[in-house]
Amino acid sequence: MSRSDWAYLSNDLIYITLALFALSFLSYAYETAFSLRANKADGGKYLDRAVTTKARKIASILFVVATASLTLAVIARGISAERIPLGNMYEYSITGAMAFALAFLLIGIKFDLGWLGLPSSILILLILGTAITLLYRPSAPLVPALQSSWLVIHVSSAILSGGIFLLSNTVAGAYLWLDRMERKGERSEFAKRLPSLESLDQLSYRLVAFVFPLWTFAVISGAIWAEAAWGRYWGWDPKETWSFITWILFASYLHARVTAGWKGRKAAWLCLIAGSSYLFNYVYINVWGSGRHTYSGL
Amino acid sequence: MSAPELGATSLLRYLWRQLTSMRTALILLLLLGIASIPGSIFPQRTQSPLKVREYFDDDPSGSKWLDRLYLFDVYGSPWFSAVYLLLFVSLVGCVLPRSLHYFKEIFAAPPGAPSLLNTMEGFQVSPARLESAEAWLKKDKFRISRTSDSIAAEKGYLRETGNLLFHLSLIVVLLGIAASSVFGMRGEAIVNVGERFINTPTNYDNLTPGRFFSLESLPPFTIKVNNFSASYDRKTSQALDYELRVTTKDSLDSSEVNQIVKVNEPLTFGSTRVYLQANGYSPLVTVRDSQNLVKFEGPVPFLPQDSNLGSIGAIKVPDMQPQIGFVSSFFPTAARDEVRGGFSSFPELLDPRLLVSVWKGDLKMDEGVPQSIYRIDTEEMERIGLWALSIGESYAFEVGSITLNGVVPWVNLQVVRDPGKQYALFGSILAITGLLISLFIRQRRIWVRQVGGNIEIAGLALNKLPGLEDEIGRMIREIGDQK
Ligand code: HEM
Repeated sequence: MSRSDWAYLSNDLIYITLALFALSFLSYAYETAFSLRANKADGGKYLDRAVTTKARKIASILFVVATASLTLAVIARGISAERIPLGNMYEYSITGAMAFALAFLLIGIKFDLGWLGLPSSILILLILGTAITLLYRPSAPLVPALQSSWLVIHVSSAILSGGIFLLSNTVAGAYLWLDRMERKGERSEFAKRLPSLESLDQLSYRLVAFVFPLWTFAVISGAIWAEAAWGRYWGWDPKETWSFITWILFASYLHARVTAGWKGRKAAWLCLIAGSSYLFNYVYINVWGSGRHTYSGL
Repeated sequence: MSAPELGATSLLRYLWRQLTSMRTALILLLLLGIASIPGSIFPQRTQSPLKVREYFDDDPSGSKWLDRLYLFDVYGSPWFSAVYLLLFVSLVGCVLPRSLHYFKEIFAAPPGAPSLLNTMEGFQVSPARLESAEAWLKKDKFRISRTSDSIAAEKGYLRETGNLLFHLSLIVVLLGIAASSVFGMRGEAIVNVGERFINTPTNYDNLTPGRFFSLESLPPFTIKVNNFSASYDRKTSQALDYELRVTTKDSLDSSEVNQIVKVNEPLTFGSTRVYLQANGYSPLVTVRDSQNLVKFEGPVPFLPQDSNLGSIGAIKVPDMQPQIGFVSSFFPTAARDEVRGGFSSFPELLDPRLLVSVWKGDLKMDEGVPQSIYRIDTEEMERIGLWALSIGESYAFEVGSITLNGVVPWVNLQVVRDPGKQYALFGSILAITGLLISLFIRQRRIWVRQVGGNIEIAGLALNKLPGLEDEIGRMIREIGDQK
């Protein structure tokens, strides 16, 4: 196969992936809608478990297949460009979505995350949809500034951290939603099947504690690379500034939990704020910002 | 009344205690984050001086205010430095006493069991004996202090070590950064292919030494630029590779070495490194006066304006009577359309063209005001000609002529001495290590007390990491089995 064949294959796979995630999303939505409606109809007493279990199962299988297809798409993109697929924002987005989906599945082995399938599949659809429509760039070689083995180390750790921060934020978001519901009264019949607030709080914390060192590493490897490529390891370039801010926010989050004993609502909000600063760095600084991280024409 | 005596010293002591609390350090760290935001919103002089100038052109009075608040020099501003310095003092004041305290703590026995265990975490009652609990805790490497009817045990002291390591290393990082700015230097020089760069202050286009860097201590290396090749994608003009070939000498009488420089592969001379930062073209021109005497000859670096290296530049000939200036554009591959007029359609020299607009009058070069080498202030000048030259071509104007003899590439070399960077890196690596330790080591206490025929067990997770209850559960199961 020629390089352009691989590029076409990768694009086709992205479209297939989109379709698969859309189907998975629909099944999750069906599961949710069914249990919500069943709740209304009979006062929440009798939920036909057979229907929801089946819908959930189909949705999960579709999610796994979609993730596999996405992984293949990323690999094919890499083969077509003869390098790691981390050269422009289109590639960061598909690789980031892959990191998110894989983290979701891997962590799902230990914790039951099926109930997060709905928001997760929406998020992935959004990321991939914007990537293929707005951010798409033909597969091409790297600009000289990116021709370095640090690309692999720095960018993959940064993007991977991004995927997992996003997951921790999804969990924190779910926490806040359920917390509100509980404060207003009882959980709805549907929400009763979701994990306890306590375990959501712990999960979101564990995710952050797990990626924070990786994120620190991403920032430091960026600095080492910047020393080799730009002649200074830190220059308050907008991307550097915002990764510093993100770092401080997540560090405060961890610190607040460990020494000040923050948990629950306050911690969840802080987690969301810190996650938004990552997202801001990714979206805003890449697209509208200036600075040295904007070499690849996105 | 003793109030007046309390005054100054106790206030100072109070302030110092506030400043050096962990909480203040955290708040200052957050503040440092907030303080760094404006620098990502407003253009910074150190990064994009041209954008700052645009701000001033667009809105002079507003910009003046912004400038008074140092919003164009955020990272060098007094208020940013104030946060940075306070954080530094706070860290030192917080960490050093803690280290002392910690070293005492290392050898201390765990504090005795509280009288009521059932209010503590993971409280359980078991029929096992106190001795088997003690044996279990010992086997699991808990540090133990024991009374006749109770045991206090603690484990995970390493967490505090990690915590301290983290904070101490942040100080190393900050010191490294300070060392770089005080003892380091950086400078830039544009060098045409074929020329030699000798590392002396006069050969720099700009040079910023640190406060304690003496210009005499510039290492005496030379770099001869032999060749610069750039390749580009035919369709997208995207750069594929830059390669600079140089011959270097560490000092005037050391031997010559041929080296290759790339964007990610700088040259190294001791603690000084030289980076390939940018490139462009220098048209080689000859300017003659009306007697056909050569008044100017040589390469003139032009400043690229777009990704196809369409560039602007100025050729100034102060020796002619009257003075002559050429406001020029250079296109390595000339093209033309209705909207843009002349432009460059590809960054390589496929069809180079030099556009000159000839001005006569006063170049104002003797007024001592530093001028851009790429621009001419034509306010008091008069335009006397306009032409597009290709290589080998001459253009005669009212009082002389200009010839384009050829074009050579130039490269921008950035020379940096950064003596603190190893410390900053070393500090950061230690900091991550410390952080990992303090995040993932569980420090916890477990207390056991004999109450009647049973023992009560409970504990305290000092850094609130989960797992204590499981651990107590496991302990009870295992000492139960032994009986
Ligand atoms: C102190 C130095 C650096 C820091 C703190 C830094 C920080 C970051 C961060 C936080 C990201 C994550 C993605 C995001 O949030 O947008 C990122 C991505 C990236 N970095 Fe860096 N970086 C540094 C230096 C470098 C250097 C020297 C290069 C290459 C010459 C580089 C190339 C990239 C690329 C290609 C990406 C992925 C694309 C993107 O998201 O913009 N970085 N960097």
